[in-house]
Amino acid sequence: MYHKEKSIQIKNSASALYNNLSVLRIAPRRLTHFTVVHANMVNMVSASWDGLNYTHRQLQSKEPNVATSTSLIMQAAFCVLPSRDLLVLTSQKGIQMYESDGSIMVYWHALDTPETPTGKHTAFRYNCFTRVSSGAFLVFDVPSKGSNITLSEVLEEHKESITDMASECSGSQECIANLVTADDDGNLCVWKSGEEFQLLNKIPGFDMSCSSVKLWKGTVVAGYGTGQIRLYEAVTGILHAEINAHARWIYSVDVAPFSGLLLSAAEDSLVRVWHMTINPDTNSVEVAHLHNECVTDTQICGAKFCDGDGYAFAVTGYDLSEIIRYIQS
Amino acid sequence: MSSRTLPLLFINLGGEMLYILDQRLRAQNIPADKAKKVMNDIITTMFNKKFLEELFKPQELYSKKALRTVFDRLAHASIMRLNQASMDKLYDLMTMAFKYQVLLCPRPKDLLLVSFNHMDAIKDFVKDTPSILSQVDETYRQLIEMYTPLSSGEFQLIRQTLLIFFQDMHIRVSIFLKDKVQNSNGRFVLPTSGPVPHGTQVPGLIRIFSCTGEEITRLKFNNGGNYAAALREGSYDIFGDRVTKLGTNMYSISRPVETHMSGTSKNSAQHTKVSAAPNPLAKEELNLLARLMGGLEVQKPGNADTGFRINLFATDEEEEEALISRPDELSYGVINIQATKDQQANAELAKIMGEFTESGDQSPTACSKGDDLLAMMDGL
Repeated sequence: MYHKEKSIQIKNSASALYNNLSVLRIAPRRLTHFTVVHANMVNMVSASWDGLNYTHRQLQSKEPNVATSTSLIMQAAFCVLPSRDLLVLTSQKGIQMYESDGSIMVYWHALDTPETPTGKHTAFRYNCFTRVSSGAFLVFDVPSKGSNITLSEVLEEHKESITDMASECSGSQECIANLVTADDDGNLCVWKSGEEFQLLNKIPGFDMSCSSVKLWKGTVVAGYGTGQIRLYEAVTGILHAEINAHARWIYSVDVAPFSGLLLSAAEDSLVRVWHMTINPDTNSVEVAHLHNECVTDTQICGAKFCDGDGYAFAVTGYDLSEIIRYIQS
Repeated sequence: MSSRTLPLLFINLGGEMLYILDQRLRAQNIPADKAKKVMNDIITTMFNKKFLEELFKPQELYSKKALRTVFDRLAHASIMRLNQASMDKLYDLMTMAFKYQVLLCPRPKDLLLVSFNHMDAIKDFVKDTPSILSQVDETYRQLIEMYTPLSSGEFQLIRQTLLIFFQDMHIRVSIFLKDKVQNSNGRFVLPTSGPVPHGTQVPGLIRIFSCTGEEITRLKFNNGGNYAAALREGSYDIFGDRVTKLGTNMYSISRPVETHMSGTSKNSAQHTKVSAAPNPLAKEELNLLARLMGGLEVQKPGNADTGFRINLFATDEEEEEALISRPDELSYGVINIQATKDQQANAELAKIMGEFTESGDQSPTACSKGDDLLAMMDGL
């Protein structure tokens, strides 16, 4: 179903962090940006679609009053907003936002509390969210141009630190739930965005960390430390499917929104591709297994589809200095 | 990252160091009483009350340099001496062994079981000496108090912090290569077979549910591996069967300790550039070091009657050769206090030494003790 393509070499190896790969496809310029976190820096590589050009850039965490920061970066992720894309970095000392090619830093928010942030961000409409380890997440208002970014809300609902968050913005469909946040106890919170964010539902965990979460057609797709993947209906919390997917901690789940393909990757060296479909009779989601890829002797820490159909996906692993790519045969 | 990582890092690395030293002491036929003294002295220093107090405080991990210096001191806590090449090799083996254990831990919480395996072995080393035994028991209690309440997510964060510390280390260890747990490129083998961790199901099942919660379909899929059901859970008490073998002593007389320096792949030698800026953590690191000094009984260095040297290599020639041929990128940059150009660090250390002589709980010979300690530090 998929075969391995030429890997992209990166300057440093990937650190063992959840969701440690972010991908941004820039169709008008026929290139794709990839970011991978290594300790206190982010390796960014922009690959042209013809496979001929690779440009590398490294970004470091920022700290007040220090020239070179050693504070560790927790996550780097692209936020896709209606009129612009941003690259958001969260480190132990603060949150940095860059233009999507990493060229200019447009915003910096220092975290004044000494607690360690476990920043993950996703984008929806005009806001960009970042979570901090107290269980709160920050909502930023981002204008369509420039650096006048402001902190608009701080939402505190989770008791444990938030591990991941996901949003969905399907333009034509009437979406009730826009955002889901997951925490270290496996609890999931479902939100509706608006003037103020509204909590729609809380799906309890079973004291097992949820390390990665996605939202697709009103379904929450959650990957857990036990190696299970669960599909819940976001608004009602009804469990539609439970998969004993991996033999070790899941580090990343991703969804290709146009095709319903689901990608999961774990410490067990395996990447698996699944297919989600909505059953028209019951209007609930079903899932089937399609494909396995084994990255020998590697604990995978990031896996993402490179396009909305799931035609290609990329993988990173702990101690690996390359981004491995797979393409549909 | 986690601020509770340092105690586990220290105890597990210390445990590995003791396994290796124990094996070398036997291999070199060091008299039993001397060997026992060395082991006892090191373990006493490792579990010194003030030192552990400092260690268990919530804090960032120490730099590689600082931690290596701490272990240098620890290895020299007794009448035994090691040359630079042997100390380098000892540290390589310790760190690669623990990296292996951290990577192979089925679930993050098992890291505590690995620590208990080390603790159990250390307890066995000192079972005839009640005073040290009680220090070890106290440490068990501290570990249990600090770590058993943590969630699996918090353990995973500790594990991730450790993995960042060990990132890009691919030194090949002969015993690992022989057992086929490490590849010739220095990377560890991660099997896709064997028992799944406790709390995980064998992959291969999809269950679909109706809106009322009934299971409507069961689908099986090929998991691409050869997994078995989980084993029983190990014990997190002071005594008990830990179940996992990770953290137990893998050395014996018949299994020599060698490392390969040559042929280490280029990629593996990527270390983050050491910042030239003054290290803001330096004070804390020096605190720990100072505490370690404080717990140390003054030993007359190099006394011909009692002192001896341990070699981690088969011959003295090999040891010399190893020192010359060690690749630059793999040097640990051990803090040589005497040679340091960092005046601030030197002044800080002198101040801390001074504090020891002024504080109330020192013996009447406090002044000379401080001087002796400083002198010994200079000799590092």
